[in-house]
Amino acid sequence: MDNIAGTKSSLTWAVHISAAALVILWLLPTVGLFISSFRTADQIATSGWWKAPFPSVQNLTLRSAAPDTQREAGGLFVIEGNLFAEDAREQAPITVYGVSSRAVDAFQPGETAELRKGGTITVQANGDYRMEHSEAFTGARGQRVFVTAEIPPEFTLGNYDKMLFDPANVEGMSKAFFNTLTVTIPATIIPILIAAFAAYALAWMEFPGRVLLIALVVALLVVPLQLALIPLLKLHNSIGIGKGYIGVWLAHTGFGLPLAIYLLRNYMVGLPKDIIENARVDGASDFQIFTKIIIPLSFPALASFAILQFLWTWNDLLVAKVFLIDASGETTVMTNKIVELLGTRGGNWEILATAAFVSIGVPLLVFFAMQKYLVRGLLAGSVK
Amino acid sequence: MHPAIQGIITIVLGVGGCVGYFYFSNLILDKVIFPASGSNIGRNINRANLIRPWLFLGPAFLALGLYLAYPVYETMRLSLIDRDAGNAFVGLANYKQMVGEPKFWEALRNNFLWLLIVPAAATAFGLLAAQLTDRISWGNLAKSLIFMPMAISFVGAGVIWKLVYETRPADAEQIGILNALYIYFGGTDPQTWLTIPFWNNFFLMIVLVWIQTGFAMVILSAAIRGIPEDTIEAAIIDGAGPFQIFFKIKVPQIMGTILVVWTTVTLVVLKVFDIVFAMTNGQWETQVLANYMFDKLFRANDWGIGSASAMVIMLLVTPILVWNVVNARRELR
Repeated sequence: MDNIAGTKSSLTWAVHISAAALVILWLLPTVGLFISSFRTADQIATSGWWKAPFPSVQNLTLRSAAPDTQREAGGLFVIEGNLFAEDAREQAPITVYGVSSRAVDAFQPGETAELRKGGTITVQANGDYRMEHSEAFTGARGQRVFVTAEIPPEFTLGNYDKMLFDPANVEGMSKAFFNTLTVTIPATIIPILIAAFAAYALAWMEFPGRVLLIALVVALLVVPLQLALIPLLKLHNSIGIGKGYIGVWLAHTGFGLPLAIYLLRNYMVGLPKDIIENARVDGASDFQIFTKIIIPLSFPALASFAILQFLWTWNDLLVAKVFLIDASGETTVMTNKIVELLGTRGGNWEILATAAFVSIGVPLLVFFAMQKYLVRGLLAGSVK
Repeated sequence: MHPAIQGIITIVLGVGGCVGYFYFSNLILDKVIFPASGSNIGRNINRANLIRPWLFLGPAFLALGLYLAYPVYETMRLSLIDRDAGNAFVGLANYKQMVGEPKFWEALRNNFLWLLIVPAAATAFGLLAAQLTDRISWGNLAKSLIFMPMAISFVGAGVIWKLVYETRPADAEQIGILNALYIYFGGTDPQTWLTIPFWNNFFLMIVLVWIQTGFAMVILSAAIRGIPEDTIEAAIIDGAGPFQIFFKIKVPQIMGTILVVWTTVTLVVLKVFDIVFAMTNGQWETQVLANYMFDKLFRANDWGIGSASAMVIMLLVTPILVWNVVNARRELR
């Protein structure tokens, strides 16, 4: 088959280039948000994320120190300092500056500008300035200086710091992160256990109605979650669980079971018959066969389902919204938090991007670490 | 109690409870009810083995029944009664009221658009990606990267694409890449893509296509690998070009898998909720059934219409359900 692409070098190139284009197209949106999460609010608002690796030319309005810092030296009143330092900014090379908003590029660094209220100012390229006047400077605030500076590319971890580790930030994600974790782990482990026993029974035990039960599992595999919402909410309220972790764990267990049983049964059926029959002959009970032979041999299928279920519960919004999150908001999960932020902080991309990546990060790690099992699970789980 | 501790206790209780249940129920069955000793040893072992499958199946099918089968019946019942009128049976009145709402028809129309486009586009892109990455040296890396959105939540994907569609005033610099390209290629005014009726549906669909393409690619790529080499070699010897080989040799042989991918993505589309909820919440004529239902349930608090719209989703799923069951039964024979 190699020669399909190999016979014509032009076609080989076309394949490489189209594949690369497709990959870039698929990566671009994620990369954009990822880069944005390392930029300050200012940077995000003033330039597209694709410009982040390059120095940006920015027009800044800075202010000199206030007149009360002036000192008198030889009949001259002088104010000195650094424009960037007054504004607590990083220094950046100034290309041009001005003292009026109508001519922001009137002077080169090192040139001296006449001030409208009298006196002069000289600004150096590094932001150092010196104001001189024969009379005292007046007024409460310093002189405005308009500079055009070339800001080098800069990335910050500040957004993550703020969203994860700042206890004062009510929009922080740390609590939602732990809530999500609390939902996810039991909701992944419990269905595996229950499903494994059922899958073994469906695969290796003889009893009437087996085919019918397998058909039922296949049917339930596609029943939309939406149908379960009201009846189960009613049920949970009537048995006193209400909204809370127990409810969401039970719900995820129930919804995950069809896929779990289906995946595990299909895998277990394929295990070599000899081993199981030999064990039976040697007097092993079904329980022993299950725990000592089936479970260790089924590890790949168990891992596949565990990953699918983990991704599904971690990324879920609907089930959490219906069965977990109450009016107090104490039990909010990350997906819900992000939706709320989308509503209240629609344009604040430094917050949104960081929140999204805090939530996306864990599944991405799992994805890249255990892709093999995920692929296997998907291959086995799509109904043939 | 801290939820994390509660979580650990639940894991221990849940796992311990499950293991305990299976272990002790087996023990009781074998030692107490039908002991494998005494005069009836043969009969007892047989009887124990008749009951054992149900011990193994018990918890799973209890949960399945309670969490999936019963709700189907209950939702149907709820869609036929009126909660405000003391749960009186009202026949199809909820459905009638729902059909009278323009928002329902908008949701239905959009769902059909989604059904028409997303499975087709995801399968087509998946097939393209699978074929392109099949024989190149960095194919596995490429596959990984195209597959990656599968791990991202619909909400996360919503945020990612909202930045792509972001709009800034005409005099400011555009930070959304779509508008930046639009202006670069001669567009005059930046567009607010998600508020343009009808077309905004497509901008939402792109998000799901972006996620599902990886899934389609993985499944189809495995299928392409499974095509017998000799059929392709024969075609090459007969002088078939690369495109002929792809469309006339490969695609027909993996048609079954293409169908599976198509139906699986269709199922995802029918339940699509998070993307619309996070990005537009059904405004600007982007409503879909699942979000319409959520709206009715938890904002309008109308269980009747909520259940009725859930039944509409169930109705749309049913053909696939039947097809799957028929196929599964055929395989079992």
